[in-house]
Amino acid sequence: MANMKQIKNEYQEIVKMHSPKNKVMKNSLRAFLVGGVICTLGQGLSNLYMYYGMSKDASAMVTTVSLILLSAILTAFNVYDSVGKYGGAGSLIPITGFANSMVSAAMEYKKEGYIYGMGAKLFTIAGPVIVFGTIASVIIGIIYYFV
Amino acid sequence: MGHTGKQTIVFKNPPIITCAYSSAGPKEVAGPLGDYFDNKLQDELLGEDSWEKAESKLIKQTVQGLLHKANKKQEDIQYLFAGDLQNQVIASTFGLKDFNIPFFGLYGACSTMGESMCLASMIVAGGMADLVMAGTSSHYCAAEKQFRFPVEYGGQRALTQQWTVTGSGFVLISRCGVGPKIDAITPGKMVDLGIKDTFNMGAAMAPAAVDTILTHLEDTNQKPSDFDAIITGDLGNCGIDIAVDIANKLGTDLSGVLNDCGKLIFDDKKQDTHCGGSGCGCSGSVFAGYLYAQLLRRNLKKILLVPTGALMSPGSTQQGNTIPGVAHAVSIIMD
Repeated sequence: MANMKQIKNEYQEIVKMHSPKNKVMKNSLRAFLVGGVICTLGQGLSNLYMYYGMSKDASAMVTTVSLILLSAILTAFNVYDSVGKYGGAGSLIPITGFANSMVSAAMEYKKEGYIYGMGAKLFTIAGPVIVFGTIASVIIGIIYYFV
Repeated sequence: MGHTGKQTIVFKNPPIITCAYSSAGPKEVAGPLGDYFDNKLQDELLGEDSWEKAESKLIKQTVQGLLHKANKKQEDIQYLFAGDLQNQVIASTFGLKDFNIPFFGLYGACSTMGESMCLASMIVAGGMADLVMAGTSSHYCAAEKQFRFPVEYGGQRALTQQWTVTGSGFVLISRCGVGPKIDAITPGKMVDLGIKDTFNMGAAMAPAAVDTILTHLEDTNQKPSDFDAIITGDLGNCGIDIAVDIANKLGTDLSGVLNDCGKLIFDDKKQDTHCGGSGCGCSGSVFAGYLYAQLLRRNLKKILLVPTGALMSPGSTQQGNTIPGVAHAVSIIMD
């Protein structure tokens, strides 16, 4: 009887050989395109708010809120996951990706109640970003204090 | 009847699959096998308000459909063998609790169709029952929620990833009657070649599938060409290539005779499923829908159905564990 152990050593290589490879160039271009569109949209909004008399700081804040709102609406209408599928990191890294991760979790876990469902699991994906983002900002803050 | 070779049971009085019924979701119905499913779903939620409840309703509809198609009442069924992918197999629990049939809840990951058919045929061939039911289900959205990300999360899927089938298949296994017979089974052992990538389940399961297939052939003294088809559950496009490759390395040529329910159920180019279908409902619905029809029409006269499962939980892989595979073979002949 043939023994599976015979191929254990070379198995990872066999798997690698048969697995389809990611198209890095194509994915990077799409990420650049989608990420660029989101950032341009943000800049456009910011300019618009300043044109209507907002200060630079205020317009930056309102632009962020606008992008979050837009992402939340697109997630709720089952659109943002398609954007994410096309754009990859291009739609994941901007604040719209962060909003999508929270709204999608909220939609998914709402059925398990507002406390133990939505409330508890809202940060399932976004949680680590907040935790390590906060830690990083504390470290940077300490360095900044001494430099 | 008896235990043959290392881990095979050959039935002297083979149990008969007298009826089969399948349900499939909208994406599966749009695929190449769409016409073969009995219950074609329009809506992935089935009118419910959560994915989990939808999967229970899917099971309920499938069992009701099977009883109706076979012209049987729930009291006629002596035992029920079923399982699914949800934690604590709750899709089966809530889908089946109102039928009042003695219930064995199973977990074999995506190999559950094979596991349930093995156990059901043993209980019938052993004379413990005359008529039992076996089956399984899976739901794309419920599986995504439990094993991966919320459905609306905008991430990219890996190219080796497969698409969990929204579907269910149940069969009636009887001591007497007309239909394809289960002449032998080979329950599989767990095989682990060290795969840790949860996005490449085909690679995790392929060694188990090959191990079970080769053991079945050796125990029953048969060649791959003795079967019209050897059909695995959900190795997918990448996993089936790996299976053919490693079977070759171990001295058996499975090319040409080996096929896979996960490869059959979707058109990957048009439906963008990456590496094909997966989930308990993949082998469940493809067997109860497409393959059972081919057996009845005698387009296939002898098949080896080998549902495959990847044994893991999100927690087990996060703790660094590998993903062992398991596969159960059911040999089915049509006179």
